[in-house]
Amino acid sequence: MSSITLDSKVPSGPLAEKWDKHRFDMKLVNPANKRKYTVIVVGSGLAGGAAAASLAELGYNVKCFCFQDSPRRAHSIAAQGGINAAKNYQNDGDSVFRLFYDTIKGGDFRSREANVYRLAQVSVNIIDQCVAQGVPFAREYGGLLDNRSFGGAQVSRTFYARGQTGQQLLLGAYSALSRQIGLGNVEMYPRTEMLDLVLIDGHAKGIVVRDLITGEISSHAGDAVALGTGGYGRVFYLSTNAMGCNVTAAYRAHKRGALFANPCYTQIHPTCIPVAGEHQSKLTLMSESLRNDGRVWAPKKKGDNRPANQIPEDERDYYLERKYPSFGNLAPRDISSRSAKEACDDGRGVGEFGRGVYLDFSDAINRLGKNLIKERYGNLFDMYERITAENPYEVPMRIYPASHYTMGGLWVDYNLMSNLPGLHVIGEANFSDHGANRLGASALMQGLADGYFVLPYTIADYLARVGAQNISTDRQEFKDAEQQAREKTQKLLSINGSRTAESFHRELGHIVWENCGMARNETGLKKALQMIPELREQFWRDLKVAGVENSLNQSLESAGRVADFMEFAELLCQDALHREESCGGHFREEYQTDEGEAVRNDDKFTYVAAWEHTGYGKTAELHKEKLEFENVKLATRSYK
Amino acid sequence: MNITLHVWRQKDANDPGAMEVYTAKDVSADSSFLEMLDMVNEDLAQKGIDPIHFDHDCREGICGMCSLVINGVPHGPQAATTACQLHMRSFKDGDAIYIEPFRARAFPVLKDTIVDRTAFDRIMQAGGFISVNTGGAPDANAIPIPKTAADKAMDAAACIGCGACVAACKNGSAMLFVGAKVTQFANLPQGQSEKAARAKAMVAQMDLEGFGNCSNYSECEAVCPKEIKVEVIARMNREFLGATVKSSS
Amino acid sequence: MSSTPTTSPAQSPSSATFISASIGKKVLMAFSGIVALSFVVGHMLGNLQIFLGQERLNAYGESLQSLGAGLWVIRISLLLFFALHIWMGVKLKAENLKARPVRYKFNETVKASISSRTMIWSGTTILAFFVYHILHFTARTTDPRFLQLPLDMAGNYDIYSMIILGFENPVNAAVYIIAVGLLCTHISHGIYSMFQSLGLTSPSCNKTLHRFAHAVALILFLGFSAVPVGVITGALKLPKNPPSNNHLQSAQSLEPISIESGGES
Ligand SMILES: Cc1cc2nc3c(=O)[nH]c(=O)nc-3n(C[C@H](O)[C@H](O)[C@H](O)COP(=O)(O)OP(=O)(O)OC[C@H]3O[C@@H](n4cnc5c(N)ncnc54)[C@H](O)[C@@H]3O)c2cc1C
Ligand code: HEM
Ligand code: FES
Repeated sequence: MSSITLDSKVPSGPLAEKWDKHRFDMKLVNPANKRKYTVIVVGSGLAGGAAAASLAELGYNVKCFCFQDSPRRAHSIAAQGGINAAKNYQNDGDSVFRLFYDTIKGGDFRSREANVYRLAQVSVNIIDQCVAQGVPFAREYGGLLDNRSFGGAQVSRTFYARGQTGQQLLLGAYSALSRQIGLGNVEMYPRTEMLDLVLIDGHAKGIVVRDLITGEISSHAGDAVALGTGGYGRVFYLSTNAMGCNVTAAYRAHKRGALFANPCYTQIHPTCIPVAGEHQSKLTLMSESLRNDGRVWAPKKKGDNRPANQIPEDERDYYLERKYPSFGNLAPRDISSRSAKEACDDGRGVGEFGRGVYLDFSDAINRLGKNLIKERYGNLFDMYERITAENPYEVPMRIYPASHYTMGGLWVDYNLMSNLPGLHVIGEANFSDHGANRLGASALMQGLADGYFVLPYTIADYLARVGAQNISTDRQEFKDAEQQAREKTQKLLSINGSRTAESFHRELGHIVWENCGMARNETGLKKALQMIPELREQFWRDLKVAGVENSLNQSLESAGRVADFMEFAELLCQDALHREESCGGHFREEYQTDEGEAVRNDDKFTYVAAWEHTGYGKTAELHKEKLEFENVKLATRSYK
Repeated sequence: MNITLHVWRQKDANDPGAMEVYTAKDVSADSSFLEMLDMVNEDLAQKGIDPIHFDHDCREGICGMCSLVINGVPHGPQAATTACQLHMRSFKDGDAIYIEPFRARAFPVLKDTIVDRTAFDRIMQAGGFISVNTGGAPDANAIPIPKTAADKAMDAAACIGCGACVAACKNGSAMLFVGAKVTQFANLPQGQSEKAARAKAMVAQMDLEGFGNCSNYSECEAVCPKEIKVEVIARMNREFLGATVKSSS
Repeated sequence: MSSTPTTSPAQSPSSATFISASIGKKVLMAFSGIVALSFVVGHMLGNLQIFLGQERLNAYGESLQSLGAGLWVIRISLLLFFALHIWMGVKLKAENLKARPVRYKFNETVKASISSRTMIWSGTTILAFFVYHILHFTARTTDPRFLQLPLDMAGNYDIYSMIILGFENPVNAAVYIIAVGLLCTHISHGIYSMFQSLGLTSPSCNKTLHRFAHAVALILFLGFSAVPVGVITGALKLPKNPPSNNHLQSAQSLEPISIESGGES
């Protein structure tokens, strides 16, 4: 088992030349031969959609899968803020190297230099590509593209399309994908869920899927598989992710041998609408851009439940401004989130459940006028009012952090291939270029970089090496995997206990959020590691799934996903327990300065933790990929 | 509050289907409409009844997946709001609420309130794109686009493809959806070269799918959660006419 | 990365499919609607000449008659356009019903105006009324008195008296006003629709267009109903001339007038 050696396949040579050199060194597939290869792309988000379209344009046969009714609905659609690119259109000193550096630093020096540099390099092509597709980015009056600064960046490199950047980028990729579907180059399978990965002689050559309308379980074979199935933020149950977001595809691949890297790196977004009650099913993100004009505060006094407007100025604690004078309200996500938690843990939270802090616009409104604020944030204010029935022009918004993004994911090398040959992982589903913390507006960039500009090259190298194999789904490996999927489905249906999958999910989420959320400690993690298996055992004993197998059955879909979260949550906590340092989104309370700042342990933990599955309920085995920093100096992140 | 629900239940595409009555008890005014349904479903599941199936995903009004007709209005009574963003405070204790699927020949019911909207995808596949391959695009700032044109394109591009326009239209027409895409591209320099072909191809596919014609009721505009205006239909008509004139001359 | 040739959207369908295309039908609807509308406007202007006196109106009628074969060309082409309008309208309606085979249990309308929802019914009623109207005033088969009207001073058929005789009957007048009302609701939505169908609207002028459509419809309604209202209220009276007060009796002694020489009403 532990014979796995993690080879990152990072090309040699100077940082700036690696990607060029690598592209030259890689094998190519002869254009006339591309038709002979079939690539399976699971996911139609920015990563999957872009990859499927680009691969089809190149001439490969592509099969693309998503669980929604249309590829256009992948959760990338929900991204609001924007997408970074080192275009330096604003002439404010941005460059590929600066974007690279910011990303490495933002990720708390836990990502792979070469990947991040490549990401910054191709970021400029992404914007060109999207504009050519008709993505209506915001423009200045002169007709050139507008940019804004985002997530605490010192330069304005974020491109945006109103508050709907993710939507517009995804619709761009979807239009390219649609074109290829129309041309017959992509076979699209919506409402189809991947249930397993099929290996033939150790290579990923196919998947098992369930048709969500008929319930039929079947297989698809190909020459390579690419997973662009998104993040696992729903392990916390409440998150800003869509209800269908899941870890299933990635986790089943993990169970087939793919290593899962850094699962404990999860991002908690500081500005979400707080939980309103037990009924809550998901949390809504309020764009980070609000922090440009809003001031974050909590009452100084514990348990102060006067309405916000009646709390006098000197009884308010503008804690971000106090603690981080130079970044103030624009402090990075992990830091702002944690500070909010501290205030609430201190008994100074606001709102019905004491889990919230204020984001106050009264100063900005006084200074800039209501109209300007309306112009900037009108639709966000409307959305807030729609959800909370409070008018943020009059009373401060209440916000609280929520699970938002997951930096961890399946381990991949420089070619975006996992340790299983043929299995490629793109977008949020891989362990990504964001290290321990992702900068705002960089996930869209990474998804599209992987899909448009990296995978289409690197997959050719693999395909050319192994050659077209024309594998049939009649092979025993497929039959076995299908049988296992069927048995699992039947098992879920046959338990016939008393609790729904949703209720188990809610409870699991609570355990993970409390013990492995914004701040973690050994005691809590150990407790979670004890509670999760117990809950999982109860799940398999007392689950109730209504409906039947061969039909559209949302209860069954949900149960299957929750089953995987039940196992995955344990891996997440295990990783968090093992990483005895605080870095980025992973904050271990034992490792902090007196002022409460994170303390990394570079000597011991400058590596990617890639976990190998060793069996149901067994402790996963750790593999390390040492991170080498040749171009940046490891420094302490400081936003004071 | 307590609510009486009249819900369309239909086992599968072949089942004739019927309205069933359920009660939702102790609903919090702060819960969303879909969370209210979650509660009802939790209850049904406990009783061993197959829960009410409804499409949903993002629950924040952007993916376009949710598709309920609430008291005769797609996405319910609140303007510019998807069903998932509708909150129970829009209703009052004792209300009766009717929940039905989007109705149109081109959107066959799959189960309960879930319908098949792949017709929209096929319209997009027929021409809802600008034909550029990955790579080789000129610099993004090479062609300036006047802000007004970009804004108009964005107004139209805001469509989430939910299909409420079709569901609201008494003719089951998809013109608002198609018009939005045609308008987005017609406003951009990048969309010009395929303008004529796009309009014709998308309209042809739309007709083929069995959507109705536009009688200018403007019901679509009234229910559109993204407030797309019927002028996009005029724009599409103009593009279509232009394309026809061009190809016959 | 572009080894496959760039393809453009599916090849455009030939113009033979124009009629079968949804938008094609609507464009034909709009064109035939314009023709019908210009006829309606012209007709109203013609009618209103009644207020300028018997002589003027009858002379106008005669000038139309004098077009001879030209009048028939106009009539037939009008008829063809009407036929096209009706054909397309019925076809659209049939398709639209098919596109929405299952109705909502809870039926609700948010915005659509009544006039927009009743186009087929207002249209059909107008059609029925037209038939009656043509029989009444053009073919004059419904009222024997019309065939016996004496010629006016200028020797033209006395449309003026015919109209007044026609509308002296309050039932006739009421039916006429109702029909014209329906026509105008049809037109109020029709004009807006027409611009929309031909792609001639834009967000900036949409409101104005709606107002314009309503204004035209209102003007037409007032213009058309002015005549029966004038008759009923006595503002328009039968001429004292020809001298006989009991003109009907004197009319009886005259030869019947053939339909062909009938005036346009
Ligand atoms: C509310 C919100 C706001 C955000 N804002 C920003 C922002 O402003 N800027 C930024 O850079 N990033 C932002 N992000 C992050 C960013 O949107 C995501 O990280 C990114 O879009 C993920 O893209 P993806 O292609 O990897 O996955 P997704 O878009 O999630 O796509 C996943 C795809 O996989 C499919 N899939 C999943 N599981 C299965 C299965 N088992 N079988 C078959 N198919 C499956 C799904 O159907 C879907 O098509 C935001 C995220 C959220 C939640
Ligand atoms: C003088 C008489 C008439 C006038 C001026 C007139 C005018 C118009 C106009 C301008 C339109 C709008 C066309 C468009 O949408 O582009 C219209 C629509 C319509 N007309 Fe008429 N019309 C007349 C008679 C009739 C008759 C006799 C019918 C009989 C069936 C009819 C049926 C319709 C229908 C059904 C529509 C709506 C089509 C749709 O949008 O679905 N009309 N009419
Ligand atoms: S669930 Fe996504 S728009 Fe309603």
